[in-house]
Amino acid sequence: MNLQLLAQINSFLAALVLLTSFAMLSQRKINSLVTLFAWQGLFLSINTAVVGFVAAKHHLYISSLLTLSLKVILLPYILHVLVVRLKIRKEMETIVNIPTTMLIGIALVIFSYHLTAPVREMSTLITRSTLAVALATVMIGLLMMITRKHAVTQIIGFLAMENGLFFAATSATYGMPLVVELGVALDVLIAAFIFGIFFFQISTTFDSLSVEQMESLREDN
Amino acid sequence: MKPLRYILIEMVQLIVVIAAAPAFVGWVDMLKCWSQGRASAGVLQPYRNIAKLFVKDVVLAGNASWIFRFTPYMVFGSAVVVGSVMPIISIDLFLAPSADIIVLIAVFATARFFIALAGMDIGTAFGGMGSSREMMIASLTEPAILMAIFTVSLAGRSTSLVHIVQSFASASLTLRPSIVFAAIAFIFVVIAEAGRVPVDNPSTHLELTMVHEAMILEYSGRHLALIQWGSMIRFFLFVTLGIACFLPWGIAATDSAGDIAISVFLLSLKLGVIGAVIVLIETGLAKMRLFRLTEFLGAAFLMATLGVISFFILE
Repeated sequence: MNLQLLAQINSFLAALVLLTSFAMLSQRKINSLVTLFAWQGLFLSINTAVVGFVAAKHHLYISSLLTLSLKVILLPYILHVLVVRLKIRKEMETIVNIPTTMLIGIALVIFSYHLTAPVREMSTLITRSTLAVALATVMIGLLMMITRKHAVTQIIGFLAMENGLFFAATSATYGMPLVVELGVALDVLIAAFIFGIFFFQISTTFDSLSVEQMESLREDN
Repeated sequence: MKPLRYILIEMVQLIVVIAAAPAFVGWVDMLKCWSQGRASAGVLQPYRNIAKLFVKDVVLAGNASWIFRFTPYMVFGSAVVVGSVMPIISIDLFLAPSADIIVLIAVFATARFFIALAGMDIGTAFGGMGSSREMMIASLTEPAILMAIFTVSLAGRSTSLVHIVQSFASASLTLRPSIVFAAIAFIFVVIAEAGRVPVDNPSTHLELTMVHEAMILEYSGRHLALIQWGSMIRFFLFVTLGIACFLPWGIAATDSAGDIAISVFLLSLKLGVIGAVIVLIETGLAKMRLFRLTEFLGAAFLMATLGVISFFILE
């Protein structure tokens, strides 16, 4: 396969990752949010494998498989079980309305493009143009955590941020060393379990998973 | 011989646009009937409707102004103008250099402006309601369609539709995320512009949710026929604009009769497939609440903007 085509596939997958983050930003139903998160993981995993092939770095295949098993299968499964057990059905309300959130998202993409422009000038990797997308994915994940009230949605935002960081590592330097990636993967897995336990605690204490309820924990008045 | 040839091609294209638009709408309606398990009236039903309306008398309200009487001709005329400028069956069009793609969108917008005015002209409640809804939808679709068109113009390095079609038809097949985003945005916009299901229901005639029908409720006879024919041509032209921007392969590059015949054949093939896709979208979705449209069309704008951005970032 020629390099030109692989570079095109790479940037196309980057576009799909960006699209899924925007779709997550606009999605109200929590089940669809989990599915979208799984899709993002899938695109990320394919992209990692493609970069691994281009750069002939074999450890990227392992991290691609790791992403596939963890972010496409295991984490969405855990989140799905959580959603079922906690009986979350109704649509989530947002702090800022959705079209405005999407406009902020577009501004964030442009901002990250400007931010990564110097790196793009200096770098010689074929993945250099996807760095802006990776940074945008991180920022959109953060935006999702800020604009949503629901605890589970905030966790999905957090995991999307982690996806963005992983993507940034792949596109800026052809991936972190395998040891670091294994460590991060383990951390994320443990975090997901701890979050699960937290959710049960929160929902039994407050009868709701909206983080606004926690404001009643203040000691004054 | 050359000028005669130009005029001939122009005439062929105009006839194709004006005559085939009702057939395309009839095709979409027929597929929709089949997909819902109903018996259909056939592809030719829109022609019969138009013919019937032309025979009937015009009933004018006592307080109708010139705007009300002028609008049907304006709507039909603007559709014909766009149909003569857009490269649909051949690149080598006589009138094509006279207007670029942004002007074409502006001509459509002018027709829409007049139809909204005519809706309010008589002073009935339905007309004003329809006009206000139509303007709300227009204010949301126009940024999206312009962004989608900017993406295509960036990739084609020109706002002239002929140049865009030429550069796309001759380029080798490449994966371009920006064009894919623009195409998705364009599909959303076409659905809104043509008043198809998630935005407006074309088959209801007296319902509180109607948009386009509410504006033209007071029209009758040949006025109504012209407006309906004009909106059929408009729908047809939006779809062919999409074909020109995103699937231009097979358009006649020379003015030989054989090329034009192939081009017309391929065009009807593409239109047939796109009609089926539209029906799939329509049967799969329910009509949206009016205030949910900001999200639907906001998504279209988002897609189109992502197209522009990803052109700069990724290509």
